Amino acid sequence: MTFKPLLCCFIVLALVACKQESHLYKIEGQQLLISDSLGSNQEIEAFIKPYREHVFKDLDSVLSYAVDTYTKTNGEFNTAIGNLMADAVYEESNPIFNKRTGKNIDMVLLNHGGIRSIISKGNVTTKTAFEIMPFENSVVVVALKGTQVNALVNYLAKAKRAHPIVGLQLVLDKTYNVKSALVRGKPIESETVYYVATNDYLYNGGDHMDFFKTNDSLYVLDYKIRKVLIDYFIKKDTLNPVIDDRFIQLK
Amino acid sequence: MKRREFIQQTAVASTLIGLGGLGFQSFSRNDKKITILHTNDVHSHIDPFGPEDGLNANKGGVARRASLVESIRNENPNTLLLDAGDMFQGTPYFNYFGGELEFKLMSMLKYDAATIGNHDFDNGIDGLFAQLPHANFDFISANYDFSNTIMDNHVKPYRVFERDGIKIGVFGLGIKLDGLVDKRMYKETVYLDPIEVAQDMSRILKEEERCDLIICLSHIGYHYKNAADKPSDLNLAKATKNIDLIIGGHTHTFLKKPTVVKNIEDKNVLVNQVGCYGINLGRIDFYFDSDKNKAANGTTILV
Repeated sequence: MTFKPLLCCFIVLALVACKQESHLYKIEGQQLLISDSLGSNQEIEAFIKPYREHVFKDLDSVLSYAVDTYTKTNGEFNTAIGNLMADAVYEESNPIFNKRTGKNIDMVLLNHGGIRSIISKGNVTTKTAFEIMPFENSVVVVALKGTQVNALVNYLAKAKRAHPIVGLQLVLDKTYNVKSALVRGKPIESETVYYVATNDYLYNGGDHMDFFKTNDSLYVLDYKIRKVLIDYFIKKDTLNPVIDDRFIQLK
Repeated sequence: MKRREFIQQTAVASTLIGLGGLGFQSFSRNDKKITILHTNDVHSHIDPFGPEDGLNANKGGVARRASLVESIRNENPNTLLLDAGDMFQGTPYFNYFGGELEFKLMSMLKYDAATIGNHDFDNGIDGLFAQLPHANFDFISANYDFSNTIMDNHVKPYRVFERDGIKIGVFGLGIKLDGLVDKRMYKETVYLDPIEVAQDMSRILKEEERCDLIICLSHIGYHYKNAADKPSDLNLAKATKNIDLIIGGHTHTFLKKPTVVKNIEDKNVLVNQVGCYGINLGRIDFYFDSDKNKAANGTTILV
């Protein structure tokens, strides 16, 4: 095929010629809002419909009522929605843990990043629980020595984030040093074993909560966080969580 | 690398078609416009937010995005539609169907490429692999080494698209998985330093692939104010050259307008991210001209 090199030459020349002709001289950028003033593509809409009907059949049942809109960005070291989640994990999991082991959960630690949605003012449905907690993570209770709980406390002080907690009361000073840390109202003792409820994601190293690695024992409750929320919503007629003093900084 | 040869050959072939159809005349003094549309962190938000939503009432929705994309494509066929990762997880659609609907809809919207976000591993790397048959677009990631995983050969480090004779190189970057995603989910996926990989990719796309436009599709995050040295889009822009646009994700950053950053050669790089949940569609138009004088005055950026 003798013409091939010639053809290649021609193409290369053409490409080079093209290259020299194209000059980027202007860039325009804009953000387009997907609002209800845009029409819906009917083909897409029709495609989604059977999926939607299947999913939302059982998700729209009303479980509770929220008196306000709660977001994880409202609050510095503790948030109303985070407090609700930690409280829910404690209230729903402790009876199960106690029945199985005769022991009680001392504190709960979740992660701020794990709050995946807001709670909007108004009806709270099963769908709300899916939105806040779309992940399939479950409750685990980890037996930690006081030394590890102190590592947990230092992690929280360093992270400066509103990771949801309950049972632990943590106060930081102006320079983010731990001013006081109480579990169930008492100072942490190095050799005491504390039962810390969390989720399997954090236990397995999520958010670098490495203090969970050194533990005395692990109790897997087989209880999904989403189911915890659903059960909690069913029990509470009205949701009215507040920002409190469980994790604060002295200014 | 066989794949690279294939891309080069494809590019040559399509240029030839272009030449045959248009002839030499139309190559000179013609304005060319490339439109880049992009989303990030859609997180399975297929339906619009309802009227009762506390933050985003009546915003978003795939069917509306589809009609907007369609109208922009009608206006300029030389359009690419890209997603910067975290397509999965956030509504019951994902819990029920595992990402099938997300990929089917993105295929119907004719997405050209997507990069892989941390939440795309939420059903494990096997869960992601299982949905690939529903995706009619490419997955691009240059800093995840999938060699020892089921995803091997299903993810490309970059792709070169050609639109109206303009070569557009797109490479992907993902965030560090350790500490963010359970190891049991991402298995033997190896994370490589995104800045180093980007330096390498931009060189390949500029010098070997001779691209006119280089885009980084990133899920490493816009910027971390409590960890300023952590790899981020702003740090990436400063530490590299030849990249024209970084389309970001992960941090769910709503920008009033794209950020202009000076790269290592003191040239402008555009960094953009459009929040999350399909609330916005990003649009960047690149104008090319054969007039050298115009280009000599520098590139005008209107944002």
